[in-house]
Amino acid sequence: MRSICFYFQVHQPFRLRTYRFFEIGNNHHYFDDYQNRYILRRVADKCYLPMNRLLLDLIKEFGQQFKVSFSISGVALEQFQKYTPEVISSFKALAETGCVEFIAETYSHSLSALRDEQEFINQVKRQQKLLNDLIGYQSTTFRNTELIYSNDIGDMVYRMGFDVMLTEGAKHVLGWKSPNYMYCNAQNPRLKLLLKNFRLSDDIAFRFSQQSWEGWPLTAEKFVDWLNQIDAREEVVNLFMDYETFGEHQWPETGIFDFMRALPQAVFANSNFSFNTPSELGYLLQPVAPVHVPFPISWADEERDLTAWLGNDLQDDAFDTLYSLSEKMKFVMEYARQIESEATESGFMPKISFEELYKLHDDWQKLQTSDHFYYMCTKWFADGDVHKYFNPYGTPYDAYINYMNVLSDFMLRLSKHSFLNSPPDLQQKEKSKTADDVKMIKISVNDKTKVKRSNTMQSAKKKDETKKNNTKSKSKTTSKSSSKKTNKESK
Amino acid sequence: MRVLMFGWEFPPHITGGLGTACFGLTRSLARMNTDVLFVVPRAYGDEDTSMVNLLNASDIEVDLEKSEYSEFWKRIQYMTVASDIIPYVGPVEYSRTHIKKLKEEFHNNSIFSHRYTFSGTYGKDLMFEVSRYALIASGIAASNQFDVIHAHDWLTYPAGIAAKKVSGKPLVVHVHATEFDRSGENVNQRVYDLEREGMLNADRVITVSNLTRNIVIERYGINPDKVFTVYNGADAFQAPAIEKIEKPFPEKVVTFLGRITFQKGPDYFVEAARKVFSKDENVRFVMAGSGDMLPRIVRMVSKYRMGHKFHFTGFLKGNDVDRMFSYSDVYVMPSVSEPFGISPLEAMRSSVPVVISRQSGVSEVLLHALKIDFWDVDAMADSIYGLLNYPALSRMFSRYGRNEVDDLKWDNAAASVINVYKHLV
Repeated sequence: MRSICFYFQVHQPFRLRTYRFFEIGNNHHYFDDYQNRYILRRVADKCYLPMNRLLLDLIKEFGQQFKVSFSISGVALEQFQKYTPEVISSFKALAETGCVEFIAETYSHSLSALRDEQEFINQVKRQQKLLNDLIGYQSTTFRNTELIYSNDIGDMVYRMGFDVMLTEGAKHVLGWKSPNYMYCNAQNPRLKLLLKNFRLSDDIAFRFSQQSWEGWPLTAEKFVDWLNQIDAREEVVNLFMDYETFGEHQWPETGIFDFMRALPQAVFANSNFSFNTPSELGYLLQPVAPVHVPFPISWADEERDLTAWLGNDLQDDAFDTLYSLSEKMKFVMEYARQIESEATESGFMPKISFEELYKLHDDWQKLQTSDHFYYMCTKWFADGDVHKYFNPYGTPYDAYINYMNVLSDFMLRLSKHSFLNSPPDLQQKEKSKTADDVKMIKISVNDKTKVKRSNTMQSAKKKDETKKNNTKSKSKTTSKSSSKKTNKESK
Repeated sequence: MRVLMFGWEFPPHITGGLGTACFGLTRSLARMNTDVLFVVPRAYGDEDTSMVNLLNASDIEVDLEKSEYSEFWKRIQYMTVASDIIPYVGPVEYSRTHIKKLKEEFHNNSIFSHRYTFSGTYGKDLMFEVSRYALIASGIAASNQFDVIHAHDWLTYPAGIAAKKVSGKPLVVHVHATEFDRSGENVNQRVYDLEREGMLNADRVITVSNLTRNIVIERYGINPDKVFTVYNGADAFQAPAIEKIEKPFPEKVVTFLGRITFQKGPDYFVEAARKVFSKDENVRFVMAGSGDMLPRIVRMVSKYRMGHKFHFTGFLKGNDVDRMFSYSDVYVMPSVSEPFGISPLEAMRSSVPVVISRQSGVSEVLLHALKIDFWDVDAMADSIYGLLNYPALSRMFSRYGRNEVDDLKWDNAAASVINVYKHLV
């Protein structure tokens, strides 16, 4: 018994609008609502809706035998909610069949794993929560933005509680080894790794309609034939691709939908393969070996590395500047929640708008979306066409200029809140140091948290927030075990 | 007096200072009872033509049956150099036959009488456009009355020469820039030849500065006795309201405004910015304009990690230019070679202190500007830093600079130009 594991990436960035220099400091709306709505509508009609329908039909036809998996970025979910709510219900229908797994990823499809662990964790939690709220699915496996992976990232992901992760079966990492087995992280062997079979995946995703390709035209029978040629001892074929392959990158006229409709039947009739989801494979398969990935890999371009997003001066300047704000952004949510709860408690309008702080945090995450850096890529050769296809800008220079204008405005907004330079509890600590009656303050802090808890009993939304607060403070107590004061406060 | 004037650009469609200069000059000439018949390829339809009788070269009916055109073609024999210039587009042989064919068509095909339309931009087949423009110019010259021909910059010199051949009237060519300003030492020989041809055929040559006059005399070998310097004015357009727009950020602003090309020295501006940043964080640099060097400049800025404090606005027009000046605390013109340079005058009129390179014509007329050599980025950074941080200095420059610019009038320039005409008529 061997497995085919289908995994589809669903992602749509919040594209930036043309943001002029004169708007810096004057206009804080960054996104091209019209274009985003237009693209969402188009891709929903051409891909998400018909393909979801097709998969649902296949699952119904083959009972529990046909299975696929998805990761949907938080920003894509948010745009579905805004512009095409019927896409959400169609994913929900897929979730209800029990044959579809939804995989966790970062909220804004960001590169945060490379730079900011706390932000990375926050983003994954936010995506998981939104997925659960909208589709009712609690994800247990993980895949990072564009399958970006390294030993360190894998270790971090395991510590977050995931035990199966997806990544690229990059040639320069695997060498002579086959991607068609379960592998594990080199630092933390308990994290299992599924590696993309890039040849067979790209046969569908990129080469399907290429008439100069010797495999053209690709039929389900031919594909199953290729699957059968795989060594009988190999356990799993991981077919990972953009979901937009179906109907958007490969037009319906190419026969891509017919291919997928025919594939399960052909697999069941002519091979001993079955379909499984990543978490099932986590139960079924044992790792054969660790893979050593000291430097990050991804599924992008010929190089299978980070050079689509980072590496040239434009990208590095934008990326470094963005994450130089990490320290300040760390406490924005905590402050916002604190101010909001104090405001609801006291009934007075707060001096600082907590809505503005929430908005800052939301914009911050959306500015991290990897696509912004992808648009600044200056590699023109083998993958230039792919880059061009996804790029709303004429040149990488335009992309950089526009992004930096937006980022400059964001930094101006941020600089207006100087209190963000220090964490909330630290400020209180300083106060308590200067004040004589330390105990009084401690009591009042304790009172506040009590009030918070009683408040949260009433609304479910707030409950989640305090949960987050609690988990945060727990992690703090483990990390800052030396400072007893904070321990006491959080208890 | 009536002047037939060949220009290239006209407000509001301007890609450089040339259009602004043409407008300022013609308006002041008109004020001084001089009629101007201004010929410009492809008028867009919304130019300010209140003072000027604007003829759109694209709208001229070219009827080859008329004798004056065959006259022109006879005379163009004299301009064989110009015809041979046309193979700018591709392989020399191809274009030569192309032109020959075209000539034959002109002569043989009696149906070939229709309206010519200019592309109106600096296109690929610019040389061809230029000589077509000359063809039409001879038609205009034959069917209009005037006393003097005045041609602005090399694109219209062939037209000026053609008009002179047809009408026999004196020709004045106005040198706003030379090929050496545009391309440094790597001059395009064909452009140079055209320029020289124009200057040699002209009865008088007007240059916008002594810097340019010297180039005309030394590098083009023109008789100094017929070359006159007439400085540009600064009042082509109404001065913007002086009210300062509130900047939405606390930092001071240092501005570069102009085409982002080699001759404007944008790379020196970036280097100076880097030096200023290392001493003073409280500043933003803005580069307004577009041009072929933009990608290189953007790469430099990102390499120096200045992207969050160094902004690009793209090409600015109209209100946005005034707004940019109103934001600005220092204006820098680091031109490598600038025959005149109107933009610092516009900045000074908005009370913005300026730093200009000594390699600009405008530095000959200005007193209240900090002058540096374009390559001396240390001096440039010093000047910028000084104007940003020593209020007495910037206050003095902005006050006196404004007065100085108010005295630079196109009326004075027009009077000098009329003087030149009078010697010819």
